[in-house]
Amino acid sequence: MANKIATRESYGNALKELGEEFPNLVVLDADLAAATKTGIFKKAYPDRHIDCGIAECNMVSIAAGLSTVGKIPFVSSFAMFAAGRAFEQVRNSVGYPHLNVKIGATHAGITVGEDGASHQCNEDIALMRTIPGMVVMCPADDVEAKAAVRAALEYNGPVYIRFGRAAVPVINDRPDYSFEIGKGTIVREGSDVTIVATGICVDSALGAAESLAADGISAEVINICTIKPLDEELILNSAKKTGKVVTVEEHTVIGGLGSAVCDCLCANYPVPVRKLGMQDVFGESGSAAALVEKYGLDAKGVYASVKAFI
Amino acid sequence: MNNLELQKHANEVRKGIVTAVHSAKAGHPGGSLSAADVFTFLYYEELNIDPANQDMESRDRFVLSKGHTAPGLYSTLANRGFFPVEDLTTLRKLGSYLQGHPCIHIPGVDMSSGSLGQGISAAVGMALGGKMDQKDYRVYTLLGDGELQEGQVWEASMFAGHRKLDNLCVIVDNNNLQIDGPIDQVCSPYPIDKKFEAFNFHVINVEAHDFDALRAAFTEARETKGMPTAIVMHSLKGKGVSFMENDAEWHGKAPNDEEYAIAMADLQKIGDELEKAGEA
Repeated sequence: MANKIATRESYGNALKELGEEFPNLVVLDADLAAATKTGIFKKAYPDRHIDCGIAECNMVSIAAGLSTVGKIPFVSSFAMFAAGRAFEQVRNSVGYPHLNVKIGATHAGITVGEDGASHQCNEDIALMRTIPGMVVMCPADDVEAKAAVRAALEYNGPVYIRFGRAAVPVINDRPDYSFEIGKGTIVREGSDVTIVATGICVDSALGAAESLAADGISAEVINICTIKPLDEELILNSAKKTGKVVTVEEHTVIGGLGSAVCDCLCANYPVPVRKLGMQDVFGESGSAAALVEKYGLDAKGVYASVKAFI
Repeated sequence: MNNLELQKHANEVRKGIVTAVHSAKAGHPGGSLSAADVFTFLYYEELNIDPANQDMESRDRFVLSKGHTAPGLYSTLANRGFFPVEDLTTLRKLGSYLQGHPCIHIPGVDMSSGSLGQGISAAVGMALGGKMDQKDYRVYTLLGDGELQEGQVWEASMFAGHRKLDNLCVIVDNNNLQIDGPIDQVCSPYPIDKKFEAFNFHVINVEAHDFDALRAAFTEARETKGMPTAIVMHSLKGKGVSFMENDAEWHGKAPNDEEYAIAMADLQKIGDELEKAGEA
């Protein structure tokens, strides 16, 4: 059984690890440092951690101001508030002037669990994708989350990174692992169907591919961490090989990874696509595991959907 | 700079506002004119800025939180030498760098703004950054009085007061009019001074069209330590153009050719009087 760690934990650890190398890195939070894990950074660099109180809109615009005087701010809150409540501040204070502000949004998707629908943000990828010049990332595990934080710091411009609350298996722990913004990876090769997944759903896709293999179906699994800009070449090459694509995300199927993949395929190489995710519904309270199962985003659910699709 | 010179510059700034908005056939003259004197005071006397060295790291920052009065800021920047005055007639036109609302890529503009409530927060961020790095620059931001209805203004104020950002000066252009009418009839933000006091600001009430009063207020703001300052500036919307004065209709409307001629004649008359005063 693989080691499990929540990507929000990876986020906090990465900030702390990078604090010395990036002296201009400052971290802003809105009274959630214990939950977003920026508290880990705060402990190491108390003078560079700015608690804005429960005022996310103000926090995002403050970060914009900080970036104009040479700081590299990481703004942290739950995805619901960072991308949802403060959407217009992200668009107008950060996106429009194309400032060097990073948004580390935790507690994304239904795996927030027991808090229920009010806190389960299934819309953030869609919202952030619409902002010109915004990089949107959704790491799959601890290794990728840490790599994404570093890449965001090294990149000059606005970046949104989505992290989860629940512990997820580490799947990228290998010596040859490398990360680049805008590059997806084939994590399992196959020829009958392409499964494009992001975030915690990459693990589900791998599990589904294993079960499909037992049925004689060869599934190729692509991990897309950077949803914008999308690695179109990788997706198109796989679609040309398999002729069928399934997308899997812990997010609404409207405007997220599935839509981005469809945009790419429609324009370049149309093939049948099945989008798995939240089917235009709100989530509900429950354990993360129970919710992922109910909404068909665990390995079993993905397996069943792919089977039915092909 | 003496007051007469400031008055002359302010009058040129007003001409630029009316000319730009007339050329654009759109824009916001009323609140640009009410703030023309403070724009002039800031850019000709108060701010540590240099048009020849626009990105100077140690410069004071200015954020126009009430971004719709971009014509006022642009006219001031142009007259101060940040870009050619002739470019003001390209305001709001396709391909012009003079966007309808301030954009960070315009010479002399420190922050994109226009969505009300956000500029003050950005200014707070700049002030906080200055404090963190022990820099000496100061940060100024100009808000409309209607803008005070935005909740984000008070989030930013709470933070600035809490952090004792004495390098921050918030200016409120209290001309008492917003698009839908007098601010106290739409949704009153009064008492403005007491609200900022409650958020731990040092507050100064000032007459907006009196350079001695402005000078005293900004000096007091600079000398105030341990808390940010809010200057509540009592102004006349449309100041300087007879038919625009104290009329909400001119919040966001451009003069037609006939009105433009009257407006420029009004300002020319003021200019002539200032010249005479100079000779006397």
